[in-house]
Order: sequence, then structure tokens, then C-alpha cells
Amino acid sequence: MADKIVMEIARYSPESDHEPHFESYEVPVKREWVVLDALNHIKDNVDGSLTYRWSCRMGICGSCGMMVNGEPKLTCATFLSSYARNGNKIRVEPLRYFPVIRDLVTEIGGFMEKLKKAKPWLMRATNDQLSEGTYLQTPEQLDRYKQFSMCINCTLCYAACPVVGLDPVFIGPAALALAQRYNMDSRDQGAAERTATLAHPDGVWGCTFVGECTRVCPKHVDPAGAIQQYKIAAVIDWLKSFVTPRGRDAGSLAGND
Amino acid sequence: MPVALQATIKPPVQYTEFHPRWYRPKVSVYWWLGERHYFKFIVRELSSVFVAIFVIETLLLINALRTGPDAYAQFLQLMQNPLVIVLNIVSLFFVVFHTITWFNLAPSATPVRMGGKRLPDAMIAGPAYLAWVAISAFICWLVLR
Repeated sequence: MADKIVMEIARYSPESDHEPHFESYEVPVKREWVVLDALNHIKDNVDGSLTYRWSCRMGICGSCGMMVNGEPKLTCATFLSSYARNGNKIRVEPLRYFPVIRDLVTEIGGFMEKLKKAKPWLMRATNDQLSEGTYLQTPEQLDRYKQFSMCINCTLCYAACPVVGLDPVFIGPAALALAQRYNMDSRDQGAAERTATLAHPDGVWGCTFVGECTRVCPKHVDPAGAIQQYKIAAVIDWLKSFVTPRGRDAGSLAGND
Repeated sequence: MPVALQATIKPPVQYTEFHPRWYRPKVSVYWWLGERHYFKFIVRELSSVFVAIFVIETLLLINALRTGPDAYAQFLQLMQNPLVIVLNIVSLFFVVFHTITWFNLAPSATPVRMGGKRLPDAMIAGPAYLAWVAISAFICWLVLR
């Protein structure tokens, strides 16, 4: 392990630059340091104008996602030591396919809009009263959607998905996985209301199953799996509509069959 | 730009004082060349063309069998053409790649739950591989016996 490593960091200043350029910084490599520690070191000791997002530095806030050597990574969970050998450099860029506000900070307003469209919250058809008590759920019912509920909205999957880059209106992996998370929740009754957004060319049918979202997900959510599972449920629901044109229920979409 | 034209084009986003100009990266036409995983995806998608070639060959074979001995002999002659043999070897490579990649993706698309737990991925992909080997072995036996 080398004791120093060169970091090439994408810099973009909207006041003076037309496009980003790289600046190199040499940083010490400590065994326990992650890429985010190195960025903090540069900001504290070398160049205070370096701009990036971070908060919890323990892989749960989802704000420090960046491209590290071309791979979407949470910089708080990416160790310098795994790059520091044979004179390697570390190249840090803002997450791919997002507009860049400054240096390593991306504009995520579009993602927030898409997330809202997927309606990732509990929806009830009935108007239940608080006095009726809480919704009960067995461990098995929890297990059905738990994996999809681990999403921290870090948008690494958007930076991994070529469809997001080529087709900006595609709802995208995280939002679709979160919609499926609520569809598969036994307490939720909103699957039919999410159909318009999900079973749409910009929804699950936009996905070509590249599978990169699942590979880069730091929380092992498997958005690609969630999307394919919804595709199958949507087809079953569509076939059922021929058998029972009236009184369609969203049972198959909710994954409760 | 003329002012009249400027007025008709709606800006895509509302910039504020603190976000004077976002940099919007463009996706290159060659986006799939630079990265191993993207390249593998494109090869996987393209391999379906070679699956189609095998399907067409099978349909030609069935048609030749239906038409009569002369047509069948003609079909065999076509298959012995060196160019067709090379095409078939290349196609076989892509069809095997296609099959393996899709079998490996199947577990994430079709999770099966038994006894309240999700079956491990090998239990979904495994039977598909077994069936593939068994059917291939049966066809080999049928042809070579």
C-alpha cells in the first residue's frame, strides 16, 4: 500500500466554466480512510472551495454518492487502500447522467419528481380510524418487501443505468423498486393507483434489464429484480382482464397471489 | 437569437440566483463501448439476432422435410456450405452466451417462495440448466444413435 495517492477531482464552477475539468491533489493514504475522508482532507487543508455533499459518513444518509474511477460509489464506504497500489490514481466525478450544480454536487430535483410519481407511501382504500388499532403484519409478510425497503435514495442506481442517461423521462430503478416495495406490503392497498405510472413505457417497460442498478446498489436492494417482478405481475393482470373484464382486482400487482 | 424566438422557447428549468448554470453532460453514442458491463449487456441483447438465425434454420428444415426428399437434400447441401458452417459456429457461441446470461438473470425476475422463505437463486437457475443439459443430451442421442 502506497502512503500517498493522487486524486483527480472533477471541478466545475458555474460562474466561470463551460464544462468540468480535473484538478489533481496528493493525499496521504491511511488504512482507515475512505474517499470521503480524502475529500475532507483536501477541503480542510488544500482547497476550501471544493464542493460536495456528505452527511452521516456511515452509509445511511445516501448523500455522498460519486463516480470513483468510473463506478458509482458511496464515498464513505469506499476505502482508499483498495486503490492505493502501483501508482494508481483515484478519479472522482459527480454521479453520471445528472446535471452538475458545482464540482461534485448533482441536481436531483428530477429524481425527486420521479420518486413522487411512484407514490412510495402506504395507501389505503378504506378510511380506517386510529381507534381500530395498528395494522398487523407477520414476519413472513415483512420479508416479502423488506429487501426493497432498504433503499436510501442515494441515486447510485440512476448513475449506473444507461436507460436513465439515454431516456431522461424513464422513472428509474430506485423509484420503481420503492413502488414495488409498497405494492408488496400487506398493509398497502394502492397498487391499482400506481399502475398508471408503473405499467407505462416510461415505467417498468422502459427498463431493458441491464442489471447495473442491482450491481452497484450499496444496500443490496435489487431494483432490477423488483422491476422484472412487476413486469410479470403487470402481464398477469393484463391477461386476467380478459377473463374477468369487470371487477379487476390488483391482487397480482400487489404480489399477493 | 431573436427576442421573439427566445420567447417561444421555454427554458427547461428555472435557474435561481444560486444555481446560475448547470452543466448537463451528454451521453455519447458509444456509451456501451467504454464499460465492460455495458458491453456485455449489448452483446447479450445482440445475441437474440443469432437465436433468430437458428429459428429460421429450423423453420427451413421443417419446410424442406414437408416438401420432399429433393428439398431436404438441397437443405443439407446449403448447410454444408463453409460460410453457413462458420455462421452456425458463431451463432452457437452467441446462443450459448444468450442462454447462460438469461438463466442467470431468471432468479431475480421470478422469486419463488416456499414455506414462507424465498428459494435460493440456485434452486431457480439450477433446474433450467439441468433441463438444458438433459434435452441437449436427448437430441444428441436421437441424432447420433
